[in-house]
Amino acid sequence: MDIAKLLFSKIFSAFMDVFPIIVVIAFFQMVIIQKPFPQLSQTLFGIVLVVMGLFIFILGLESALFPIGEKMANEFALKGSTWWIIFFGFSLGFSTTIAEPALTIIASKAGELAAGAGAIGNDKSAIASFVLGLRFTVAFSVGLAIAIGVARILKGWPLIWFIIGGYTLIVITTFFAPQEIIGIAYDSGGIATSTITVPLVTALGVGLATSIRGRNPMLDGFGLIALACLSPIIFVLGYGILVYGTSGL
Amino acid sequence: MNSGMLELLENALSGTLFDILPIILVLGFFQIAIIRKAIPHLKQKLVGLVLVVLGLGIFIVGLEQCVFPIGTQMAHQLTDLHFLAGNDSVMAETLQNSKHIAPGIYLWTYVFAFLIGFSTTLAEPALIAVAFKARDITIGAISAWGLRITVALGVATGVTLGAYRIVTGDPLHYYIATGYILLLIQTWFAPKQIIPLAYDSGGVTTSTVTVPLIAALGIGLASNVPGRSPLIDGFGLIAFASLFPMFTVMAYAMITEKRTKRKETDEPT
Repeated sequence: MDIAKLLFSKIFSAFMDVFPIIVVIAFFQMVIIQKPFPQLSQTLFGIVLVVMGLFIFILGLESALFPIGEKMANEFALKGSTWWIIFFGFSLGFSTTIAEPALTIIASKAGELAAGAGAIGNDKSAIASFVLGLRFTVAFSVGLAIAIGVARILKGWPLIWFIIGGYTLIVITTFFAPQEIIGIAYDSGGIATSTITVPLVTALGVGLATSIRGRNPMLDGFGLIALACLSPIIFVLGYGILVYGTSGL
Repeated sequence: MNSGMLELLENALSGTLFDILPIILVLGFFQIAIIRKAIPHLKQKLVGLVLVVLGLGIFIVGLEQCVFPIGTQMAHQLTDLHFLAGNDSVMAETLQNSKHIAPGIYLWTYVFAFLIGFSTTLAEPALIAVAFKARDITIGAISAWGLRITVALGVATGVTLGAYRIVTGDPLHYYIATGYILLLIQTWFAPKQIIPLAYDSGGVTTSTVTVPLIAALGIGLASNVPGRSPLIDGFGLIAFASLFPMFTVMAYAMITEKRTKRKETDEPT
């Protein structure tokens, strides 16, 4: 009985991810555009896939990866040595970002668009290596951001200096970056931190801040995600310079 | 369609195995090398891993086959010249021939962007979790509903302004850099307690379903508005959607702080 209840609530929350989209689109289609939605049956089938896939995915995350990861994050926060915690933070950030589905999808679209515009070679292997390079760049920079963020929590450095420093770096790098990469770079921060990364990284941050005396979980526990949103922008801009060359000022 | 779907699913499954491998390696390594304890309920965890790979595979096919096309279709329909001209074929032709299309004509696109941003954020489970946590940590000074509406308004405004930017074709970094400067100024005046939460709210608010949809909307817009390139102009909506909640969350905290202060001076105890 309890299991049925749990499953139902999981399906419901997966459906809730899609529901507002369906409502808004149905409203627009009927009231504003006043035409039937193109390829309706295929789209409906796709929605079923999205809800079902998300449900199975989240169920798996919550029964396997989250409990292990959260427990590990808490144990590290309690008794890990500084360097191990920082290394753990990096590994956690990197590996969870590689698995983010939104990043997978958008990186491959960016690859198609870049190839279509003639910015990179228009063959499968060139696109695949561009896409993989992009995903690794984002994952590496999220890992680095978490490592720095963990060190910040341990030392109690104020978040604001990192934010200001990060923004300054972004502005400077943007100057040299080719315009083909700027959009995807600025988007990458928001794309990288999603379903898998946020719960595990937040667990690490709040665990650390609660276990260290004199740290306020509100002030120190949050803030890891903020850094993880910032650093991919800098590194993807750098990746763009590497792939396309500088903007030629 | 079905055999194509199967092949897609097969590709997606082998892809997700590769995507999940780093997490398995990381958790496995730290468990064996550092924690040195057996994982409790190992069998159940292994079943969970299989579910992750399977679910992620199906989900990615769904995103690719459904969510992304929905975004581009909506952009396509909302920027269609006949739709813009209100099905008036004479006017559609004038639009077709005019060199400069006023950004205001895409009004419904902005309304759509606003509604999608607002509704998906309000229903976002990750945000609901953060909102409850924030309420508990601030002992009720920040109400869960207040935070959700604040963040949703931020995302909605961000996506709308981002859509406008794609239509006009202005350089993205002018907008974002201005945003950063305003943000830093606002941070100076905002209550210190709220700052990390405000900065985090930008990242957690857009779910795995919403992000591809919004990205597709942007790419679709840039492909259909005359004079725009999808590669150069199409991205950037997510950046706007992550930036604006920071403004609204800090503003919300500033207003509640002012209100409680006023209450304290009004009712001296």
